[in-house]
Amino acid sequence: MSTAVKKEHKSPRPERGGQATLVEAIRQGIWEEMERDPTVFVIGQDVGVYGGAFKVTDGLIDHFGKERVIDTPISEGAIVGAACGAALMGMKPVAEFQFIDFISAGFDLLTNYAAKCRYRWGAGISAVFRGPCGSGVRAGPFHSLNAESFFLNTAGLKIVEPSTAYDAKGLIKAAIRDPDPVLFFEHKKLYRLPRLREQLPSDDYVVEIGKARIAREGRDLTIITFGAMVLTALDAAAELEREGLDVEVLDLRTLAPLDKPAFLTSVKKTNKAIVLHEASRTGGIGGEIAAILAEEAFEWLDAPVLRIGSLDTPVPYSPPLEDYYLPQIKDVVEAARKLAAY
Amino acid sequence: MVSDAIMDKNQNKAQTGKPRRRRRPRPRFQMRVSTKYAPRKPPEGEALSCTTDTSLTPEQQVELYRYLQLTRLVEERLVNLYRQTKVVGGVFRSLGQEATAVGSAYALQPQDFVTPLIRDLGAVLVKGIRPRDIFAQYMAKAWGPSGGKDLNIHFGDMEKGFIGPISHLGDMIPVMTGLLLAARMQKKKFVAVAYIGDGGMSTGAFHEGLNFAAVQRLPLVVIAEHNQYAYSTPTSLQTAVRDLAEKATGYGIPAHIVDGNDVIACYEVTKNAAEYARRGGGAVLIEAKTYRRKGHAEHDDQRYVAEGEIEWWEKNNDPIDRCRRFLLDQKVATQKKLDEIVAEVTQLIDEDCAWAESSPLPDAEVAAYNVFDNNLVAPAFRPKVLES
Repeated sequence: MSTAVKKEHKSPRPERGGQATLVEAIRQGIWEEMERDPTVFVIGQDVGVYGGAFKVTDGLIDHFGKERVIDTPISEGAIVGAACGAALMGMKPVAEFQFIDFISAGFDLLTNYAAKCRYRWGAGISAVFRGPCGSGVRAGPFHSLNAESFFLNTAGLKIVEPSTAYDAKGLIKAAIRDPDPVLFFEHKKLYRLPRLREQLPSDDYVVEIGKARIAREGRDLTIITFGAMVLTALDAAAELEREGLDVEVLDLRTLAPLDKPAFLTSVKKTNKAIVLHEASRTGGIGGEIAAILAEEAFEWLDAPVLRIGSLDTPVPYSPPLEDYYLPQIKDVVEAARKLAAY
Repeated sequence: MVSDAIMDKNQNKAQTGKPRRRRRPRPRFQMRVSTKYAPRKPPEGEALSCTTDTSLTPEQQVELYRYLQLTRLVEERLVNLYRQTKVVGGVFRSLGQEATAVGSAYALQPQDFVTPLIRDLGAVLVKGIRPRDIFAQYMAKAWGPSGGKDLNIHFGDMEKGFIGPISHLGDMIPVMTGLLLAARMQKKKFVAVAYIGDGGMSTGAFHEGLNFAAVQRLPLVVIAEHNQYAYSTPTSLQTAVRDLAEKATGYGIPAHIVDGNDVIACYEVTKNAAEYARRGGGAVLIEAKTYRRKGHAEHDDQRYVAEGEIEWWEKNNDPIDRCRRFLLDQKVATQKKLDEIVAEVTQLIDEDCAWAESSPLPDAEVAAYNVFDNNLVAPAFRPKVLES
């Protein structure tokens, strides 16, 4: 048995606003909410002294104490269950999955307890379940998941995934204030991406859950997407612009409940749509959106709605395999060219 | 282990100036299973009664009898309603094991929380939920606490300290752990009791929840009702331990074994465990040894039960018989008084059942409401086809 020695290391309080990456934006958001509201607390594995595997919760324990920054055993079921129990008492838990892949170990309590409490007996579970998702970082089959499709068929869970630092902060704050359970997916490839570093406002702002945004305006074609694929779509749009194709990129931001009016309006304007996502194609959210477009925008469509997703395989590890697995800019460009020919 | 500890101590001495461990180490754990109120064979020729080693007043002892009768008679009424096809789902009985739920819940204070299992109707009633709510739930009525959205005791009342279970066994253990974590942050003091069965203890959620509660030293009392069957599966196919209380060792918490058919013993053991938890001792496991005389639900023919087993328990170890015998032998109550209790309880059940039967079924469109807070997200109505 060794003597436990805690290093004297204190992270300073993050400034409000200023230049921030996506991970810094989320940390700012959680920090500000914990300062604003004493019922907000953090629970998860290694979230305390260590500050979380990706340092999202770095420094919180020094400022808010171990009663509000709770390190747990490796028990996702206990994390989700305890978050639900605390929410019943009026607390606002921000529960972390170290990687969103491990959400499967908390699946039962999320889908059966958190999601159904309000419906069954009026006890809304106001809790955030957050963690790093996404592939493209050579992390292999167990640290690369996009989990949204597991939960889209469960009524009672909101699902959010930001693609900018501004949205990340505004959405995490909105998620913490939301009266219902919110799954908050953070694409780990975006955490420290210099391209996403931006100036955040110094005021207390939220980004409303359930509202998409236009990431790029265009006339000829809409790419409906979210998360890291927003960048892929924007890069494809830039390339297509050189070919004279004016592409609109719609960032869903919230996957449940879907902002139907936003993408219906966009597609009714452009008359052509690609749904792009990083999760496997079969059973992905792309199918749902394509079905909505077929049902509700049929008369406005000038071409088939195309889905672009990853392969129907686990996420492979080796770079050439993973690159083949993931949708690439060229896949989007090719699909757009085909649609343009209609 | 001991030599390791000595070496550690010597090392610390040798390296003075090195930072010392900040947390007080826990005492080396020794298996602690109290069997003070465990089942005992009665002296030859004597029938089983209840323990006389109790702090309960005579009035409280009589009240326990009332709750036992209330539980059994509510369930018998539910069976009648089921046979009249007025119950929409199944009926789950606690026949023969009512004392565990009643005695343990009776030991709690008003601010304490319980989460029962389906066979703990007694605990729900002791916590102050009215029989009419139970009848309305079983009959899927609009006036039931869940408005027809969920079954039986699957609802909750935070004011009364009752949190309904879900069908997924074990899930409520981490939920109660979360309740207690919140209480610690809110500087509230209460104990939470979670019921589990010999089957439910095999789930991952049970393990994760109890382990976490033990690590955090939260005042969680887990009552393991060892009623011998999980649906049709006997305990021998569920676990390799003989006494479920042995499992406490794996969590570093103390345990009690109690005669689950002795309502007073169940009270005393739970009171003791709750006090230990309330004092800051942390989680406790109680194994209540009992027997499920009915099947999993009313449709279950119990073909898996050995011949004569149910009859033996009915004849020799019925919790209500034992309580009645105790009250009469100890001259705490007369047979007349006990008859009056049954009459009073029956009248309450008649009234509450009539109320529940008079409730309408819910309006169909209620199904669309309250998935989310409808101030923020519209109800999930069935979409109109091809209308924009």
